[in-house]
Amino acid sequence: MTDLILDVKNLSMQFGGLMAVDGVSLGIGDKQIVSVIGPNGAGKTTVFNCISGFYTPTGGEVRFQGQEIQGLPDFKISRLGMVRTFQHVRLFSNMTVIENLLVAQHRHVNTNLLSGLFKTPDYKRKEKEAMDYAAYWLRKVNLLDLANRESGNLSYGQQRRLEIARCMVTKPQLLMLDEPAAGLNPNETNELDNLIVSLKEDYNVSILLIEHDMGLVMGISDIIYVINQGRPLASGTPDEIKANPQVIKAYLGES
Amino acid sequence: MISQEKIIHGLIAAIATLVLAFPLLGVKLVTDGISPHLENADTNTIVSILVASLAVFFVQVFKDHLSSAFSAIPRPDLLSKIPRPTTTSGRDKAEKIATMLLIAFALAWPFAASRGSVDLATLVLIYVMLGLGLNIVVGLAGLLDLGYVAFYAVGAYSYALLSDYYGLSFWVCLPIAGLLAAAFGFLLGFPVLRLRGDYLAIVTLGFGEIIRIMINNLTSLTGGPNGIGNIPKPTLPAIQTEPDLALVGLEFGKRAKTEGNIPFHEYFGIAYDGSYKVIFLYLLAVLLVVFTIYVIRRLVRMPVGRAWEALREDEIACRSLGLNRTAIKLSAFTMGASFAGFAGAFFAARQGFISPESFTFIESAIILAIVVLGGMGSQFGIILAAIAMTVLPEIAREFQEYRMLLFGVMMVFMMIWRPQGLLPAKRPQLEMTHD
Repeated sequence: MTDLILDVKNLSMQFGGLMAVDGVSLGIGDKQIVSVIGPNGAGKTTVFNCISGFYTPTGGEVRFQGQEIQGLPDFKISRLGMVRTFQHVRLFSNMTVIENLLVAQHRHVNTNLLSGLFKTPDYKRKEKEAMDYAAYWLRKVNLLDLANRESGNLSYGQQRRLEIARCMVTKPQLLMLDEPAAGLNPNETNELDNLIVSLKEDYNVSILLIEHDMGLVMGISDIIYVINQGRPLASGTPDEIKANPQVIKAYLGES
Repeated sequence: MISQEKIIHGLIAAIATLVLAFPLLGVKLVTDGISPHLENADTNTIVSILVASLAVFFVQVFKDHLSSAFSAIPRPDLLSKIPRPTTTSGRDKAEKIATMLLIAFALAWPFAASRGSVDLATLVLIYVMLGLGLNIVVGLAGLLDLGYVAFYAVGAYSYALLSDYYGLSFWVCLPIAGLLAAAFGFLLGFPVLRLRGDYLAIVTLGFGEIIRIMINNLTSLTGGPNGIGNIPKPTLPAIQTEPDLALVGLEFGKRAKTEGNIPFHEYFGIAYDGSYKVIFLYLLAVLLVVFTIYVIRRLVRMPVGRAWEALREDEIACRSLGLNRTAIKLSAFTMGASFAGFAGAFFAARQGFISPESFTFIESAIILAIVVLGGMGSQFGIILAAIAMTVLPEIAREFQEYRMLLFGVMMVFMMIWRPQGLLPAKRPQLEMTHD
């Protein structure tokens, strides 16, 4: 495994006297779906926050496409091609659906003030491209008819899909999803399942997933990492994890 | 129906009114020679205090009845009254025509109105500009700025000082004033970027005071509390054909004050009239406001405008999408400040005299009130609010010291009746080509 897209080694995060994450290592290859599971409070989201730059890890190394990124500001990490969602939906809820997707393409449009004021051809072309790309992704996640709705008025499942679309328009190589299936009904979870697989197959995106829905995790993951109380507990393919007695113990308690 | 509890509550409120009002209004301090002594106020005042406390009692007792009656008052839905074509392009067209008519009216109006009202309208337009500028920071980017008047002061003093020391004309100073104010916005922006909400409000409030106090104390440069007088009025650029072809400035005084300038009436060979100057200033203000509206309308629809609003909605999501919040916040501060700079330069030119007195905190509060009253983020609402906030105090001039009271009452009623402002902002709808 030499060409890992994301390579996390010995990551640790200490808040005062509390070791929230202790020596966690992860590796995600090209076009892989990797899941992180663990009981509530195990430190999964903290790992996410450390990787995506929302926290500066107190120890360890994070490499994205070979480049060390620990300690970089969050927006710079995101610009390298690594975007994330959050446990709670974080849409720009007073803005319309399409505007949400345009904001996400901020880096790809012409942000020069003068070209915007005078509507230069380049500005118009880039705006049109951004609009078309947004429309493309809206169709993909089945929200095109709601493009001019305020995103706060969408249903929860639609908001979740919009959030993924909003990540995808930034053209990432690695998508980090923090509990994307939380609060979805079985039908919607199934759609999400298909969407995630399609992102991997059709758009060459690697996916790092935190999820509690074991059906979803076991069905789509290539590798699963289990974290318990901030420490790595096990890793392997879904079948290995299912059979691991330690994992069963951590999840179900001692029998 | 009316419980004992309510009557007791009403009595307490009435007594509180009496206790508060008597020392303030019921007694007067009279100086007799050198020894001051207290004297009871005239019977009228005492009767009105008693009437007021009675009124408080009844309002408290019948509060529920009143509020249900109050909610029965229909709330006009101003937006739905405006006829609205259904298709987006049709609406754009209607909006364009309405804007054109409005501008035409604004341009033609001063020739029919009295000199005093044109002068007042000019003041309104200055506030419109300030309101629109602050709206970028508060309404769009969601950063509460209580020291906006500082940038207004920077604009005004840049023109006053540059013309005083270097004799630069209004037209040269206008962009410089905007740029300088923008630079100050940028400077303020840096330290406050990490702050949000109340903390930001306090720091900006402090900044506003710092600028005012600095101007007040830099006597050798700014004249301190004496201010700067004799600031030249803007001139109208014109082409001179005799003795040779040249660009000259037309002045609106009886005689040209600056060498090389020609009085307006001489250039056109008409009789001198003092109202030309007022009308010219008004038209100039209209021009500046139209420019401001156009630029801000574009900004809102541009990537930077979208980013401002996104940042207001959810900063964390913005960061996760690769938006640099530092740059975006700074751009909002800088842009907002530059419009205050333009307004300040124009203000200095119109007044002819400025002093730190004109840039106190109350000005910031009024501008903020215009933004809130008009409906955060809405341009048309801000214009309406600026008119209301400037014209009403003028109409209510007879009430003198009660003006501020009326002002407060109006604000309280607005917050109950239309908390979202006169005309809440509508999201610009983006048209998509379905296929």
